[in-house]
Order: sequence, then structure tokens, then C-alpha cells
Amino acid sequence: MAQFKTKNSKGLKPLNTASLPDIVFMLLFFFMISVSFRQTERVVQVKVPEASEIAKLDRKDLASYINIGTPVPAYQAQYGTDARIQLNDSFSTVEDIRDFVAAARESMSEADRPLMTVCLKVDESVLMGIVTDVKQELRRCSALKIMYSTRRKVVQND
Amino acid sequence: MAKPAGEINAGSMADIAFLLLIFFLMTTSMDVDSGIQRRLPPMPDANQKVEAEQINKRNIIVVLVNKSDRLFAGGQSMDVSMLKDKIKEFLMNPANLPNMPEKREKEIEGFGPYMVSRGVVSLTNDRGTSYNAYIQVQNEIVKAFNELRDEFALQQWGKKYSTLDEDQQRIVRDIIPQSLSEQEPREVSKRRR
Repeated sequence: MAQFKTKNSKGLKPLNTASLPDIVFMLLFFFMISVSFRQTERVVQVKVPEASEIAKLDRKDLASYINIGTPVPAYQAQYGTDARIQLNDSFSTVEDIRDFVAAARESMSEADRPLMTVCLKVDESVLMGIVTDVKQELRRCSALKIMYSTRRKVVQND
Repeated sequence: MAKPAGEINAGSMADIAFLLLIFFLMTTSMDVDSGIQRRLPPMPDANQKVEAEQINKRNIIVVLVNKSDRLFAGGQSMDVSMLKDKIKEFLMNPANLPNMPEKREKEIEGFGPYMVSRGVVSLTNDRGTSYNAYIQVQNEIVKAFNELRDEFALQQWGKKYSTLDEDQQRIVRDIIPQSLSEQEPREVSKRRR
């Protein structure tokens, strides 16, 4: 009894936090596994348009990205403000798409190749001329599955 | 006699782990990619003779977006918000008008014969059309097809298209095919950006 009394008078025992690192590590591993790294640096500014009839990209690993937009301010002195194509990390031309598609195909397994999707991330202010050139080139490379990347539009009741 | 080793203070371990966690949270992207999925038509073979499929004029609705983002559908200028209903009416041809698409009976596996509309939406744009306007039009066209499919599914099974099973979805896809063809753009103006 006496012992109890002295303990109580000292206050509560400090909370055991030895398992806290384990919990945090668990969270850490979850995030490390479930997310993918940002592979490329954006060199063009892209604000994709809004749309309501959108579908999710089911296999992210089978997608290749083509960005089209105005160069970011840091590159504008060099490349101007005209819309440009970005493949991987650098500015490219329509002719480079062929190699880009071939490289993307090469990195996939045989079974996945027909499922390859090219995701077009195009700024909403870009004119269709350049987009059409890209589409024609993709047709020539027979990369026919494409997706126009869009944001979800808040649908009003109509 | 060896002194019993003191416990290692693991109190800062949590801080280190948090630091790592926050680092990963900052450097990774969680954004889900979504958008309008389309299939491009394959490039016609240069050696092969193009056997142009004869499509009756009444079966085509021409949707045109010009370089100042104005929309014309079936010869009329209209707002994007009206396009969906126009296309739905055109494809279904509820009154069986002679200037709207004909319907042809088609045997659908697992369902039986059905009068499938032969209507085709033909989308043309200019090189000077803005991408935003183009996507809005694409969106409305896809919406028209999706709503038709939903309506049919509701009428037939009392469920929306997306909740049907795979076989039923195939039937609906056969009955309302997404027939959208894109024309090669016309070089009307040389305005480029």
C-alpha cells in the first residue's frame, strides 16, 4: 500500500513509445510501395482541360506520356513561348516520337505491348495543329491507344 | 561481473522515421491519371487500295469546330451544350425520318435481333482550333454515347451500363457502337502557335 501511494504521488508513468517507430516505419513502407516516383521533370507548362466523361488509366506502368505546352519560364529565353513537345526530359520534335514509342515498346513485355497507352497531356490553350501532327505520327507508329488527359469537371445538375 | 548494458534510447527513432516518411510523401506523386480514352484508326497501307466504305449521306452527322472555336453540327451553328442532345437524337432517329440514319437489323449474340442505328459522327477540326474546345466537343460526343448506353441498359435491365456484367456490357456495346470518325484536319488557315 505504501508503495502504491508513493507511485501515485509521483504522477503517471511515462507512456511507452517504443512501438511508435514500428508504426511509423509501417506507414513509410506502405507509401514507398504504393506510390511511384516522379520520373521526369516538366519542361513545359501543362494545364489540362476539364471533362466529365473520363475513365481512369488502369495500368499506369503501360502508359507513356507526351506533354505539349509552353516552355516553363526558365527555358523561355532559349525556346520561346511557342507550344512544344516534351518527351522524357527534353524538348522534342514530332520526328522524335517514333523513337520514343519504340523505346517504350521495347521496355514492355511481349504480352503487354498491345495494351500500351499513350497519354497526351496537352495544355488547354495549345492549338490543334501540333496535336494533330502528334496524332498522325502516333498512327504511323501504330500506337493507337491514346488518352487525352483531363481534369474532372464538377458536374452541375442539368 | 559485466555491468548490464543500459537500454538504448529509441525515442528519436520515431523522429527519424517520420523524417523519412515526410520525404517520401513530398517526392512522390499520388495523382491518378484520368482522361478520355480513344482509339486512333490505323494508318491506311500505302500499297493497299483504299476501299472507301460507302456510307450513305443520311448516316453521317458532320461536327465541325473551326479555328475560332465555333461549333457546327449537321450544318447548324450551335453551342457545345446543345451538341449532346443533337447527337442523341440523330443516332436514335426516334421518328424514323428519311434524312436521319437508317437502322439495320443485326443479330446480337445472347440478345437476338435488334435494329442497330448506322449513324456515324464525323468530327472535323481546324489546325487553329484550341485544344480546350476540341476536348469539350469530344467530351460531349462521348457523353451522348454513354447516355444512350445508360438509357438502353436501364430500359433493359434496370441498371446503369457501368454496373452491368461483362456479357451485358458487350451486348450494349454492340447495340450502340461508339461510331466516331475523325477527319484529317483541313489546312484552312496557317495560324500556328
